[in-house]
Amino acid sequence: MTDLRTRWGSFTRVLPPTAWMLAALVAAIAFPLLIGSGDLLDASIQTLAYVIMALGLNIVVGFAGLLDLGYVAFYAIGAFVIGWFGSQQFPNVNGGKGIHILVSDRSTFQPKLDGGRLDIAGIHINFFIVIFIAMAITALWGVLLGAPTLRLRGDYLAIVTLAFGEIVPRIFENSTSGLFGIGSTDFSHGRQGITPIDTINLPWSHDILYTDQNLKPAYWVALGMVVFTVFVNRRLRDSRLGRAWIAVREDEVAAASMGVNLVRTKLWAYAIGAAFGGFAGVFLGSYNNTVNVDQFEFGFSVFILAMVIVGGMGNIWGVIVGAVALSMMNRYGLPQLNNLSGPLGFDVTSISFGIFGFFLLVMMVLRPEGLIPSGRRRLELHESEIEGAEEAAAVGDMSQMYEVRQ
Amino acid sequence: MSDQITAVDKVAVDVAPEDVLLDAAGISKVFGGLVAVNDVNFVVPHKAIVSLIGPNGAGKTTFFNCLTGLYRPTTGRVSFDGVDITAKRPDIVTRAGVARTFQNIKLFRTMTATENVQVGMHPRLRARVTGMVLRTPFVRREEKAGRERARELLELVGLKRKDELAMNLPYGDQRRLEIARALASEPKLLLLDEPTAGMNAKESEELRRLMEKLRTEQDISILLIEHDMKVIMNVSDHITVLDHGEKIAEGTPQEVRENPRVIEAYLGSQA
Repeated sequence: MTDLRTRWGSFTRVLPPTAWMLAALVAAIAFPLLIGSGDLLDASIQTLAYVIMALGLNIVVGFAGLLDLGYVAFYAIGAFVIGWFGSQQFPNVNGGKGIHILVSDRSTFQPKLDGGRLDIAGIHINFFIVIFIAMAITALWGVLLGAPTLRLRGDYLAIVTLAFGEIVPRIFENSTSGLFGIGSTDFSHGRQGITPIDTINLPWSHDILYTDQNLKPAYWVALGMVVFTVFVNRRLRDSRLGRAWIAVREDEVAAASMGVNLVRTKLWAYAIGAAFGGFAGVFLGSYNNTVNVDQFEFGFSVFILAMVIVGGMGNIWGVIVGAVALSMMNRYGLPQLNNLSGPLGFDVTSISFGIFGFFLLVMMVLRPEGLIPSGRRRLELHESEIEGAEEAAAVGDMSQMYEVRQ
Repeated sequence: MSDQITAVDKVAVDVAPEDVLLDAAGISKVFGGLVAVNDVNFVVPHKAIVSLIGPNGAGKTTFFNCLTGLYRPTTGRVSFDGVDITAKRPDIVTRAGVARTFQNIKLFRTMTATENVQVGMHPRLRARVTGMVLRTPFVRREEKAGRERARELLELVGLKRKDELAMNLPYGDQRRLEIARALASEPKLLLLDEPTAGMNAKESEELRRLMEKLRTEQDISILLIEHDMKVIMNVSDHITVLDHGEKIAEGTPQEVRENPRVIEAYLGSQA
C-alpha cells in the first residue's frame, strides 16, 4: 500500500499540481463534446450540482468537523429561492404585471413581447443574479440553524441537524398560505411544487443558453459553478479561517485557548457550507424546471454526506471523486439491479438503499479514510497504528474535563 | 483599581498596585461537594516569573483554568492589566493577553508545527473572509509575515523540525511547540502548566534560560506550575504553594523552602 502510494506520488510529480489541475479542467470542458447530448450528459450535469453540494458539506463536516445530517435543508432553500424569483409563483406582484430583471421572453417561456415589455406575471430575475441572492439567503439560514447547535457534539449534533433537514421542507410544503403563518400568499404550491422555472439566459443575451436538444451549455454553466466552488474552498482552506476550522475539529479547548472564537468559527462553516447548498439548489431548480418538496428528503442529506465520506473527508479532490462516483452509481448502478428482480423473485430496487448502505459499510471497513483522504484525516484514523500513539490514547479525551463555554 | 476587589493587600508580596499585571482575588472553584480551589488570592506583577506549586491534586491546574476562562470560578474576581476577565470566554482572555500551555499536551496533532503556531496567531490576524477568498495583497502579506514569525518563534524555543506534524514530534519538542504556539498570540502573561515534564536536565535548563529571556527581552510575565524544584527555585521571583485547594504558603524561594507547612504538605508530618 505504501509502495503504491509512493509510486502514485512520483507519477503525479511529473507535472506541477497546477498543470494537473489545468489538464483536469480542460478534460472536463471537453467532456460533453466527446459524449454528445445524451443521457450521460444529463447525468453529468446533475453530478456537477452534487459535486458543489458535497464540497459545501465538506466545509462543515470535513473541515470544521461538525456532523450535519440536514444538508438537504439548504438545497431546499436554494431551490425555493429560484422558485420565487424565477417563476410565476407570485402572480400579484407589481399589480399583476410582474418584475423582470435581465430576463427574456425565451428564458421565461413567454412566447411574445407586448410593446417591448415582457408580459408575464411574477418575479423573474436572471439566473446569474439569483444564484448569489440564494447564496446570501442560505448562508443566513445556515447561521440561524447552526446557532442552536453550537453546544452540541457528535451524535447530538447529528440528531438536531437531521431534524432541521426534515423541518425545512415541511415548512415549505405547508407554506401555501403565508410563510411561517404570516400573510396569505402561496409560497410553494404545496406538494405540487413550483413549475415551470425560468431557464438560463446570459444577462446581455435574448437567447436562452441551452435547450433539451443541446444540453452542453448547461453543463458548462454547472462546471463554471464547480470551478468557483473549488476556488473558494481552496482559498478558505489555506487561510486563517481554514486553520481555525481544523483547530476546532481537533481540539475545541485548545482552539479556544489560542484565541479562536468558537462560535464565530463554527457559524462561518455553517454559513459557507449552506451557501454552496443554495448555490447548487438554484441550479438544480432551474435545470429540473421544478421545485418540489418531494426532492428534499432525508435520503438526499445522507447521499451527499456519503459522497463526502467515501471521497475522503476534508480533501477537496477526494470529495469531488466521491460525488462523481456515488452520483453515477446512483444513476447507472442501482437501476441495473432491476434486471436481477426476475431471477431473484422480488423487486431489488426496493432495497436499493440497503445495497447502497452495504457498499458504504464495506467502504468504511476497508478504507475508512475515503478514496482520496486528506493527509490529516488518514493520520487521525490510523493513529493507533503509529508508534507512540498509545501514550496519547492513554491520556484520552480530556475535553470532558473542561466546561468550554461559547 | 482602588474601588474594586483586589488581592494586592491579601498577598505576602511587596508590590505596588500599579505594578500588578494579573490580580486574582478570592478565587474558589467548587465541583459538587469538592472544593478544588478555596479562596485563593494571587497576583502576578509585571515582568515577573512566579510559580505555583503543590502536591498532586492540590488544585493548581483548576486554578489555572479559572484564570484562563476554561472554568467559571465559583467566587472571586480576576482582573488583568486593569481589565476584568472574570469568567470571560477563553478566546477573549487570550485576546486580552493571557496565553497558556497545557499539562496534558493539547496540540493540533495533524497540523504541522508551523501551522500550530499560526493558529496561535489567530487573534492577532486581521484577515476577513472576503479578503481570504480574494487573497488580497494585505492578506497575502499577513500570511507571509505570519509564516515567518511562526518560524522565528519555533527557532526561539529551539524546535528544528518546523514542517513536521505535531503528533510526530518527540515529547520534549511538543512541549516546546506548545510554548511557541502560546507566544504567537503576543501575550503579556504566559501560563505554563508543567512545561518541563518529560524533559531531561539539559532541556529543563534550556527552558529556564528561555523564560529568563522572555522576561528580560520581551517583558512577558510568566506564571509557572512545576514539579521540578531545581527549575522552580532557580527561576522564580516568588512562589505560592497550594494544598487541598488552599494557599498554605507564599514568598521567595528561600522562604518557601524553609516553611514547615510546605515541608509537611510535600513530605508528610513525620518528615
